[in-house]
Amino acid sequence: MSTLIEVTNLQKSYWRNNIEIPVLNKLNLGVESGEFLALMGPSGSGKTTLLNLIAGIDRPTEGKITIDGSDIAKMSESNLAKWRSANIGFIFQFYNLIPVLTAYENVELPLLLTKLKKDERKKHVETALTIVGLGDRMHHSPKQLSGGQEQRVAIARAIVTDPLILVADEPTGDLDKNSATEILNLMEKLNKEYKKTIVMVTHDPHAAERAGRILHLEKGELVKETV
Amino acid sequence: MKILKIMFKNSMRHKLRTSLTILGISVAVIAFIVMRSIVSAWDVGVEAAAADRVIVRNSVSFIFPIPYAYKDKLEKIDGVKRVTWANWFGGVYKEKENFFGRLAVDHNTFLDVYPEFLITPDEKKMFMEDIQSCIIGEATANQFNIKKGDIVTLQGDIYPGNWDFKVAAVYKPRDKITDATGMYFRWDYLNERLEKESPDRANDAGWYVLQVNDPKQIAAISQKVDNYFKNSAAATKTESERAFNQGFISSSSAILTAMNVVSFVIIGIIMLVLGNTMIMSARERTREYSVLKTLGFSGKHLTGLILGESLLISLIGGTVGLLLGEMVVTGLGQVVPKTIFPLLEVTTLNTILAMVAALLTGFIASIFPIHKAVNTKIVDGFRFVG
Repeated sequence: MSTLIEVTNLQKSYWRNNIEIPVLNKLNLGVESGEFLALMGPSGSGKTTLLNLIAGIDRPTEGKITIDGSDIAKMSESNLAKWRSANIGFIFQFYNLIPVLTAYENVELPLLLTKLKKDERKKHVETALTIVGLGDRMHHSPKQLSGGQEQRVAIARAIVTDPLILVADEPTGDLDKNSATEILNLMEKLNKEYKKTIVMVTHDPHAAERAGRILHLEKGELVKETV
Repeated sequence: MKILKIMFKNSMRHKLRTSLTILGISVAVIAFIVMRSIVSAWDVGVEAAAADRVIVRNSVSFIFPIPYAYKDKLEKIDGVKRVTWANWFGGVYKEKENFFGRLAVDHNTFLDVYPEFLITPDEKKMFMEDIQSCIIGEATANQFNIKKGDIVTLQGDIYPGNWDFKVAAVYKPRDKITDATGMYFRWDYLNERLEKESPDRANDAGWYVLQVNDPKQIAAISQKVDNYFKNSAAATKTESERAFNQGFISSSSAILTAMNVVSFVIIGIIMLVLGNTMIMSARERTREYSVLKTLGFSGKHLTGLILGESLLISLIGGTVGLLLGEMVVTGLGQVVPKTIFPLLEVTTLNTILAMVAALLTGFIASIFPIHKAVNTKIVDGFRFVG
């Protein structure tokens, strides 16, 4: 396996009322292609910030993030947006589906930014929804779906463009035990069968067990690694 | 699925709020259209002025007469093709409220100088032959059910006594901006009776109307006329018919200006209402905009979504307002006597102005939400609690 994500001397600080609040401190990390990595740690340890930086939705204060050979910290906003649409699939804790759109339309959203034709988009959307087991719920609105089903739609939306990396921020945090198990099974399947590289933030040790490697963060530093 | 569909679904997310906003825009556009139409109707007199007509009146005031003897001198001025004259008669037709213009005119020249009043040759013959005859505009004739051959009696106020007139013709206006409300009778009928009853008031014209050969010469001719009568018993003030009509309505200019201002203030108010709706919508969707950005949607895409939604709402509101406004103006045109507003209609200019105002409202109302959505960092958007 080759290194897909390389994080070097990564620092991130936030400023509140002219006071610098350091979140990540000279962090170094490498993630292999096809790896399933879990990030754990107490609140405020910087795990979500690290995930956001890897996903290219936040900017580092210092340091380098190289993904598949591209230094994303140096990209312009518009290039970064294009890069995200092609390379990152994001799974949120609260699903973040657009409530006025059906499951099909939500999954189709990222494809609207591609040059795919309508029938090609349809094929991709149907495949993604079938993979997550919602082939029969395509035209349901988020309101008509359970929490677990909504998260599966969100996963379908994340994989529909066939991205390099899936990033998941507490994907089971809002779900009951059974739904959480289903989602973790699905993520495991995506990692093992579809060779997707996954970086997941979680508080839940059971969820983290599904990953091949667990990194523990505290006060912005990696303190422990469990394989 | 297209971006347009998302835009439409977004706009219908809060049906009641969107409906009320659309209703607000519609009401504003109706008010705008009605006010602008009234202002435009006021200006019809100016628009109806002929380019080749010049009004000669007493320099002191319009209400003072000019001697009939001026006619021959005016006819001899270079560039003058025809001379006609008229007196404002006033009077009352049945009730004081029944207002329409009543003028004594020179029957030999009036219809040549005013070709916009259309009557048949037979009717013209009757007007020429019968000294008591008159012609009445079809709007007034319809309003008071007056027909050709009827006797119309006016109770004089400026010229006391009862005055009977035989309707020789109900004239048709040549076009929509021609006044179809006037009553014109023969000046010689008025003058003959004045010679008998008040000789000192006879042989006077209220004003003269000159038809000129070349409209470009109006200024020179006007100056020539005024210079000619400068030291006479009644000095004159001469100007183009357009300038004369403009002066006539200028007394109402403060009201018209106020109406114009109010019509645009209404648009300003509704702009705030729509702006508020768009700000609320954008605020509620702060997280969604962050999701879209995470998926790769750019600032341009968000701008398109928000601007499109705002324009869609304003377009629907504007169109509904325009259609209802047209109905209101048409209804008003039927209810309000033609003597007040001879032509009350929604003009193309006012239609364009209303739609531009509605769309401009949509555009301006979207600026702040767009700015906010585009410039909010993705991570800040996810932290936002609405």
